[in-house]
Amino acid sequence: MDDPIHQFEIIKYITLGRIGGHEIAVTNSALFMAIAVIGISLLLIGGTSRRSLVPGRLQSVAELSYEFIADTINNTAGKEGMKFFPFVFSLFMFILFMNLIGLIPYSFTVTTHIVITASLALMVFLTVIVYGFWKNGLRFFKLFVPSGIPWYILPLVSAIEVMSFLSRPISHSVRLFANMLAGHITLKVFAGFIGLLGAWGIAGWAGALLPLALTVALTALELLVAVLQAYVFAILTCIYLNDAIHPGH
Amino acid sequence: MSDGTRGDKGGSRSTEEAALSARLRRLGQRLDQMGPGRAVKPGSASPSADMSGFARGMRLSAELVGGVVIGFVLGWVFDRVLGTSPWGLIVFLLLGFVAGVLNVMRSAGVVKPGPLDGNRRN
Repeated sequence: MDDPIHQFEIIKYITLGRIGGHEIAVTNSALFMAIAVIGISLLLIGGTSRRSLVPGRLQSVAELSYEFIADTINNTAGKEGMKFFPFVFSLFMFILFMNLIGLIPYSFTVTTHIVITASLALMVFLTVIVYGFWKNGLRFFKLFVPSGIPWYILPLVSAIEVMSFLSRPISHSVRLFANMLAGHITLKVFAGFIGLLGAWGIAGWAGALLPLALTVALTALELLVAVLQAYVFAILTCIYLNDAIHPGH
Repeated sequence: MSDGTRGDKGGSRSTEEAALSARLRRLGQRLDQMGPGRAVKPGSASPSADMSGFARGMRLSAELVGGVVIGFVLGWVFDRVLGTSPWGLIVFLLLGFVAGVLNVMRSAGVVKPGPLDGNRRN
């Protein structure tokens, strides 16, 4: 109860088998990912089954999320970026649902594990590289050669640009992971103070009001962070895809 | 039952459809007129535009750490493969640090976005 890290522990439910000596098991992480996918499916299938001209509640949410991501892609990657709409939309909804479900007490936040965020960021990174080379061929290397640089510092600048490009999946994944992890630890620590102060009797209970109020406020902040980080992940994906679509601008 | 009535009905439907498509076209034109206004501000969609200070700090530190970490990893692998220890680590760590600082300055908007960030973020 007092250990704020304990909530991130991976628990194995069912061991399915082994691949190359590595255990493949259904964990709480896998369970909550499945819950997120089911939640998204229910929302979108439920929202699009009626298809009335005046949308109901579910349909409004489904339409709003569609338009939100469509606008984001249009504004950052342009019209050609819309072919990546299913990709960006899936990423956004998946991360958003995992973040939001993680806010429910006793649930597990999948995005607090860097394995998950790094896999998603690497997927985006590889998509950018593969699509960039497939679409532009060797012109994709123009990304690393800024124009208007004297030739004698060009190798240095190119090396720095390559490093900057390679560091993207790291910052992309660490940002989501660190935000969720830090938020959940803070929440747990402040909630832990309530119990600790409460052990001191009446004066303790009076003092515990402060961390209680802070916990309520932090929960609201965490709700904001959960949505914001899903959005930031999606918009960075769009910005990176924009490089693959039009390099060397 | 005559062809005339049926033709008449079909005609009225086609004029209705024509009116509807004309209205749709006008709506499309108006949306296009508004469209540029909405599409002109792609730069405002940069992630640093509307974030709380905490989220912004997280973003900037992640950029810096990302650069340094990738420099370390590349340098370490370079040394491992070519046996040039410790020179690869030194050079790549410095390059990674420079790249991290460049990332931070770019995402904070201190220097103009390089080719990596596309020209849309200006």
